[in-house]
Amino acid sequence: MDFDLTEEQSILKDSLDRLLTDKYGFEDRKRHMAAPEGWSAQMWASYAEMGLMALPFAEADGGLGGTPVETMIVMESLGRALALEPYFPTVVLGGSFLRFGGNGDQRAEYIPAVADGSLKLAFAQVERNSRYDLHHVETTAARDGEGYLLNGQKSVVLHGDSADKFFVTARTAGGSRDEAGIGVFLVDARAEGVSVRGYPTQDGARAAEVTFDNVRVGANDVFGDPENGLPLVRRVVDAGIAALAAESVGVMSAMHALTVDYLKVRKQFGVAIGQFQVLQHKAVDMFVAIEQARSIALYATMMADSEDEDERGRAMHAAKAEIGRGGRLCGENAIQLHGGVGMTMEYAVGHYFKRMTMIDTTFGDGDHHLYLLSAGGGLFAAA
Amino acid sequence: MDLRYTPEELAFRDEVRAFLKENLPEDVRQRLDNGEYGNKEDLVSWSRILNQKGWAVPHWPEKYGGTGWDPMRQYIFLEETQKWPAPQPLAFGVNMVGPVIYTFGSEAQKAQYLPRIANLDDWWCQGFSEPGAGSDLASLKTRAVRDGDHYIVNGQKTWTTLAQYADWIFCLVRTDTQVKKQEGISFLLIDMKTPGIEVRPIVTIDGGREVNEVFLTDVRVPIENLVGEENKGWDYAKFLLGNERTNIARVGMSKQRIARIRELAGKEMSRGRPLIEDPRFLEKLTAVEIELKALELTQLRVVAADAKRGNTGRPDPASSILKIKGSEIQQATTHLLMQVMGPHALPYHDYDIEGSNMPPIEPDYAAHAAPSYFNYRKVSIYGGSNEIQKNIIAKAVLGL
Repeated sequence: MDFDLTEEQSILKDSLDRLLTDKYGFEDRKRHMAAPEGWSAQMWASYAEMGLMALPFAEADGGLGGTPVETMIVMESLGRALALEPYFPTVVLGGSFLRFGGNGDQRAEYIPAVADGSLKLAFAQVERNSRYDLHHVETTAARDGEGYLLNGQKSVVLHGDSADKFFVTARTAGGSRDEAGIGVFLVDARAEGVSVRGYPTQDGARAAEVTFDNVRVGANDVFGDPENGLPLVRRVVDAGIAALAAESVGVMSAMHALTVDYLKVRKQFGVAIGQFQVLQHKAVDMFVAIEQARSIALYATMMADSEDEDERGRAMHAAKAEIGRGGRLCGENAIQLHGGVGMTMEYAVGHYFKRMTMIDTTFGDGDHHLYLLSAGGGLFAAA
Repeated sequence: MDLRYTPEELAFRDEVRAFLKENLPEDVRQRLDNGEYGNKEDLVSWSRILNQKGWAVPHWPEKYGGTGWDPMRQYIFLEETQKWPAPQPLAFGVNMVGPVIYTFGSEAQKAQYLPRIANLDDWWCQGFSEPGAGSDLASLKTRAVRDGDHYIVNGQKTWTTLAQYADWIFCLVRTDTQVKKQEGISFLLIDMKTPGIEVRPIVTIDGGREVNEVFLTDVRVPIENLVGEENKGWDYAKFLLGNERTNIARVGMSKQRIARIRELAGKEMSRGRPLIEDPRFLEKLTAVEIELKALELTQLRVVAADAKRGNTGRPDPASSILKIKGSEIQQATTHLLMQVMGPHALPYHDYDIEGSNMPPIEPDYAAHAAPSYFNYRKVSIYGGSNEIQKNIIAKAVLGL
């Protein structure tokens, strides 16, 4: 067992942290948010230049051959900066579809474009009635010659208004809640019949409602088995959950650091409020939650590339439940310990709290995953 | 980074398991699995089996009987013995006074005490807490006054675990009343057979006879029983309290108890179905499992950091996290286990009635559930209460 980063990983972490410290202060972030896309094209170019987009892909496909540990490093740093760029939907989710579901031609066509930052992807999965069930798919994909005809509406597509292409889950067979009969299709955002309505999200990022109205997709745009795509979707979402767990560690650590600093400088009754034991203990509760989150994020990272769907799924349920619990504890205490100033839009801590809250609603909140894990026999049953 | 055990570590784990299977008497294992408190005979015989194998004090330096295992192997050994479960070593000797003696003691003390600790020839107990010195341990009042070649010790210790079996007690005593309270404390080793020592049991809420009061009246202790320097005892005590990094979280023990909960919740019925099928109960159990999994990784991170840094003997603030979270999880599992028993948790088995030939009230596995729950309230109190641990983190880690 070895918890150390390799030299290359340490360099990656240091250089990304340096870039974000220099270029992604809270004021910079406000400026990036005000850009038409809602994020910084310049930062995006910097990430690409650093090789962040190429990280998870195999060298044979034009990537850097990174492991989930590299993704963990990047996501934690992006979390600490509350970075707004579409790294998660493009590289983590889209990249995972390409890695796990793409055939040779598809990988050759799309991976180089993701790797150089020119292609942005999004995952159109959520529907009005699906809530957190990945298998609840009402959008249909009807056979149409060699290809398919897509119809349906997807909600809260993260960074959907920036995406060049969407990975879309659509039903090729069966009822709306059947596990079989789900396919994954890559659809161009400018294709006829696709309409995108973008909007800001609670955490300052962007999302979109995306409608597919008789959208034609070719045989080359089918990823994996169109009759049984759910295992691929699960694999991608599991990689996403591991990444969100890492991002959470960054978000939680940053808001804890802000909070502890504030306790040291804010004076009431003639002393720094950090002198008060009742506040100290809340700050420690946050610290314990962060260390637990860091541990579970490591566990999720370790399992993220596992081929064993059952074992991998249990780890992700555990991770999502733990960061849901710990993230809320951390966020609510961060606001409470700041008092009134924590409530203001002007001050950073509330934005961390909001990001943490939105992470919980992405791919299933803590309660959802606790339910799934417990119904599936728990975490240690298999061991 | 690779969070899997290496093939060598897995082979070592299998070796430990094989040893446990081969050498631990099944009746001892069953008693522990059943939640019964360990008894002296089981622990003594198991300690000697381990000592014969050379595994009684794995974490000690090799020249004093340690195994030379790296921290990861020490951890694996600990976790496997807890999961099995096997009797856990007597911490007062193996984890507390032993390391103090080999770190700060004289050569004569090392030769006299260490082999007897490893073989459990001497049963040690801990004389730290006093009626007026709990969380504020440094305010202790037990006095030791020099009289020629002896100290004369007067005072009272309390919460002295298993003192009824003890051959020796290590005590913090006040040797200077004129200085700051931490600077006038010394660390003494006292033979429990010395005249003037009286042990009185304190019955705890579970009905157990685990802790005691120890009264010391004009107890004559030879000066060669002083460890290290006079008035430096507080340093040794801090070393001792921070030295428990690998054991404090008790991950293996909680895993064993969770396995037991799952097993027994499959037998006990709720609304006509096995309790293990009750979604609400399952969610509570699973939530504890998740916390435990995270704690296990937190523990391993501390172990790995220790391995890298070398054991400095200085308390790692992270051990405070292990204490807080580990105790919370232990308490949660004892509560769940009691809930499994439902109404059958109710009968009280008086430990005072010995030799009774009445059959146990069925189911026999329910008898220890409520007492364990009551008893385990102690784990967030002893060894520096969880609130004290939070003070330590606030100061040492957060700089508040």
